[in-house]
Parts: sequence; C-alpha cells; structure tokens
Amino acid sequence: MLPTPSTSHVSFDRVYEPAEDSYLLLDTLSSESEKAFLQKRFNEASEKSNASPSPLVVEVGSGSGVVLSFVDAHCEAIFGRADILTAGVDVNLHACKATVKTVDVTERDQREFGKSHGFYLGNVAADLLSAVKAGEVDVLIFNPPYVPTPDLPSTLPRENLSAFDLDSHLLSLSYAGGADGMEVTNRLLASIPEILHPTRGCAYVLLCAQNKPETVKDEIRKWGNGWAVEAVSSSGKKGGWEKLQIVRIWRASDASPID
Amino acid sequence: MKVLTLNFLTCAVKACKSSTSSFPLHPKECELVSDSIVPNPALLTNILPRVDWSALITISTELGFPTLPPTAPTIEELQSDEKMMAELHTLLLETQISEGSLVCGNCGHEYKIKEGIANFLLPNHLV
Repeated sequence: MLPTPSTSHVSFDRVYEPAEDSYLLLDTLSSESEKAFLQKRFNEASEKSNASPSPLVVEVGSGSGVVLSFVDAHCEAIFGRADILTAGVDVNLHACKATVKTVDVTERDQREFGKSHGFYLGNVAADLLSAVKAGEVDVLIFNPPYVPTPDLPSTLPRENLSAFDLDSHLLSLSYAGGADGMEVTNRLLASIPEILHPTRGCAYVLLCAQNKPETVKDEIRKWGNGWAVEAVSSSGKKGGWEKLQIVRIWRASDASPID
Repeated sequence: MKVLTLNFLTCAVKACKSSTSSFPLHPKECELVSDSIVPNPALLTNILPRVDWSALITISTELGFPTLPPTAPTIEELQSDEKMMAELHTLLLETQISEGSLVCGNCGHEYKIKEGIANFLLPNHLV
C-alpha cells in the first residue's frame, strides 16, 4: 500500500476532513486494475517515436489535498511515469491553501526519501471547471458534495456572517448536494465531454447510494460518441446509508470494444 | 501558481468561452517568485507538445521574460539548445505568480491572485 499523505496541518473547522470517501479514492486510484488502465492509456505513445505528452490531472474539490497530493506523490507507481502535471480546484479558498500546503509537505517527503513526484501547478478557487480550458484535462477526479439536502449553499462570497457561521457555510459546500445529492455533480458531468481531452481524457467521480448511481450511469451512456462508464470500486457494503462507489468515465476508441 | 498553469486556464465567464481573446489570460502587475528546481529536460520535452506556443509568447512578454522565437522548437531543437532549455525551465517550471491579477482579453474581468491562488469565483451579476 502506498502511504497516505499527512494532513495534520489542516484546520478541519472549515476544510473537509479526509474520510471514508477520500480513502476510497486513494485505494481506487492505486488499485491494480486502475493502475493497469491508466498506464495503458497514458504510456501507449511512448512505444512509438513520439513520446506522449505529460498527462494533466485535475482534482475538483481538492479540500485538504489528501487525494491530489497522493496522486502527485505516487504518480510513478500509478501512471508508470513521473512527468505528471497536477492541479487542484476548490470553491473554498482555505481548502485551496490547504491543498497547496499538503502537496508541498508530501513532495518534500518524497524528495527526502529519494523518491519522485509529479509537477504540481497550483490551486485555483473556482466553481467546478469554469476556469479550465476545454479539451486539456487527461484525468479528472471529483469527490462531490453528494449528501441530499433541501437547499444548495451559494458559492458566492458570504458577508456579514460570524466566524462560526462562515466556517459552517464553507464546510456545507463540501457535502451539501441538493436534490438527490446530485445538483453539483450533474453540473460537473455536463461539462465532462468538453473539458476532458478528446481521446485520452477520463474521470473518476464518487457517488453514494442516494445519488441513484444506476440512473447516473444510464444517463452517461446516453452521451454516445464512445463515452463509457463503469463502477470501479465500492465501499460500505455492510448497510450504512452512505454506500459509496467510484465510477470511471472515459471515451473508448470508436473502433475497439470497451476494455 | 506556476506560470505553466496559464496554459490551462480561461475566463470563467460563460459568454467568453467562444471568444479566442479569452485565452490566454493576461498577467497584470504580477509579483513573481522563483522556486529552485533541478533541471528536468525529460519533463520539459514532454510538456512542450501541449504548450500553446503563441499564448506562451504573449505571457512571457507580459511577464517581462526574454522574447521567445515565433515558433516552438522541436524536441530535437530543444534538446540541442541549452539556452532555450534553461529559459523554458525558468519560465515554465520555476516561476510562480504569487500576487497580481489575470485579465480576460475579451470581457476585461480581472481575476485576483493572492498568496499564489487565483480566484475565479464570479460576482453575482456575472454568473
């Protein structure tokens, strides 16, 4: 097992604390099957005369930075190459700062032990992928606010709130998902065909049972154009209300069957 | 944020997406810091194919870096040109923007950068 990055420097009063969903993402991205998928997808060109360009990994809602720093630190084990570009997006500025710090600490650790890490570009504060250029993202990672809630908290800047209410508001952005817990995820899914690299792009999105994952997957399959989706891991099978699964969304090449 | 990040960012305003002038965003009054990074020619040559060269020329000039040639070097040219390799290493891998703003060439909206983090959250009237 690859070591989990330390997030002990993060204030969890206003940044989402790594939990079961975060760890499921770590386990999934470093699983043998996903390593094989990613290594095949991003190393194929290296056997030809042209080296494939450095893949860009973007995490939306990077929070404490535990997932992004994990991918950045262990990219050689996951992708089979260390020239991976990583970047984070979060609607919460404190989370952006936390991710920067966590990646920094984790990369330092890697160097101290003579190990490689990816190339971290930085974090931006933004609403989902609104500031990301179309067609550039190779691997998108999203642990959404997936809890069903009556209302969706606003991402607009809050004023006249007490420090406690402000922190509560920031935390709510990390979990409150509106109807079926899908309001934010649906907006992200809608942007995927445009944002991902047209041939190499793939996305890992976490869903909980209340998100109606079968319906979500059926909708994605309707995109056509070679788009495919598959659950690649799950947890919480013992019957907690929050049974989780991670789906991989990718474009299978038009000619070959989905592999 | 690294200067290379600008290769992947555009204006967050929906109406600007169809305009070619929304990319690249223009750095304005930026404070730069330089990380010292061990030269990594393999990384640079693997990044180069996905860099929008004409955008990089604009960004480089606006940040006050040496003028880049009008066309991107091929991988072979880059590998045999130590000076170009060093310049791109400094610009793309070592340089961070810590403070300042990024301006959209289409709508003119300014995105502030503070402590190295650009803020693309739009005010109510632009959402």
